[in-house]
Amino acid sequence: MRYYAYYPGCSMEATGAPVEESIKAIAKPLDIELLELEDWTCCGSSPFSGVNKVKAVGITARVLAQAEKTGLDLVTPCSSCYTILREADDLIKDDHKLAEKVREALYAVGLSYNGTVKVRHIIEVIYHDIGPDNLALKVVRPLTGLKVACYHGCQQVRPDYGLDDSELPDWIDSLAKSLGAEPVNFPLKARCCGSSLVISESDLALDLIHKLLQNALDNGAQCMISTTCPLCHTALDAYQMLVNSKFKAGFNMPIIAITQLIGIALGLDFKAAALGGNIISPKKLLDPYFKAKPLAAKVESVTS
Amino acid sequence: MEKNGHATFLDEVASIPACDKINECIQCGVCSGSCTTAEHWEHPPRKVIAMVRAGMKDELLKSNSVWFCVSCYLCTARCPRDIKPANIMHGLESIALREGYKPPTSTTTMYRTFADSIVQYGRVYEFGMMFTYFLKTNPLAALRMLPMALSLLTHRRMPLTPKKVKGKDELNTILNKLASGGGR
Repeated sequence: MRYYAYYPGCSMEATGAPVEESIKAIAKPLDIELLELEDWTCCGSSPFSGVNKVKAVGITARVLAQAEKTGLDLVTPCSSCYTILREADDLIKDDHKLAEKVREALYAVGLSYNGTVKVRHIIEVIYHDIGPDNLALKVVRPLTGLKVACYHGCQQVRPDYGLDDSELPDWIDSLAKSLGAEPVNFPLKARCCGSSLVISESDLALDLIHKLLQNALDNGAQCMISTTCPLCHTALDAYQMLVNSKFKAGFNMPIIAITQLIGIALGLDFKAAALGGNIISPKKLLDPYFKAKPLAAKVESVTS
Repeated sequence: MEKNGHATFLDEVASIPACDKINECIQCGVCSGSCTTAEHWEHPPRKVIAMVRAGMKDELLKSNSVWFCVSCYLCTARCPRDIKPANIMHGLESIALREGYKPPTSTTTMYRTFADSIVQYGRVYEFGMMFTYFLKTNPLAALRMLPMALSLLTHRRMPLTPKKVKGKDELNTILNKLASGGGR
């Protein structure tokens, strides 16, 4: 069993609920335990940086300070939280004037941050700590023949962390492949969904979402396998109906988070894999897989 | 800080965390060429940097530029001088908000509503934030969102009440401390 400090982020309690549920559902079969930070608060996301950067780093630092107390790697499934946490960690280490201000502010609430937390995206944990090969050994319901476009989004891979490729990443493709699915060519796999601008500049964001859906469809994808970021998942899944009305299009493309797909392949049923919360229902597409008799897993548990 | 107005605006931007390398820009234009939304900007990213250095504060901050930054970080990943253009855009947003500029976008209101939600609840209360945002900007625009919002509601993805977080008070103490230090 591997242990991690876990920071879901605000959206996971609302629009990201199905993704969050799927992560919790696969943690045990993957032999990982995600210990949610107690009483966590928002990381600030990009909008707070657009209001006041010093204050933004201050509220992010509260999360880092809480995580440091656990002595564990800090894992988040939200790409926005991931970027913000990593950036604040870097700034506190590099900008001494800022670090001093933040230190004083944290001191006022009895906290401190010494820069020892390793911030990690949950996709990195699944790809790196478990790995596609180990994952493949656990598959009891291979998704053979399922043509998928793997959407990584922006902030899981950018700015460049020296991990997955920042222009054409393939970690989600590798994971999907290990489950038996067939990733299609998807040039826009790391292009933006519009993020929070879908609220204030809807037309601009819907245009971006439209391009992503069209690119996946043109390349023969039956569904999109998205990163765990709740902003990406919601933009593509929930806003798809608004794309259809704006562009008089008929998209009906299920957006399945990679953690939901892992759940299916590991043998969870439709409800347990948290697919009931998806607005574009993947039921019809996945029915043949759910009806097939599950195989025996090659190993009982993923070795660590 | 110099008396010369040009230097002042540049210094102001460069003093914001993560914006300090603005002077190392070589105006290569990779940021504008990479930008996801550049076609909507009155002044695209490369020009924004040039305008900061030329001291064209009013002209820049009155425009819609910088507010279309979707934080995709393509510019930042590709910048050959590592000046972090996306961070500079957000830094400029914060100056525009603080100094009361009125650029032609409601993203200003969205950002404020988002930050208010964090201050009030400790976490972003998504339903409350959307509701307040549309009330403050254009309630009719909410009609377009209605079918989607209802769908999120019926799929149990839009809780109608905020979560109570104890850490909220700590978060506010941190914010107050940083405000008294003249944080920017």
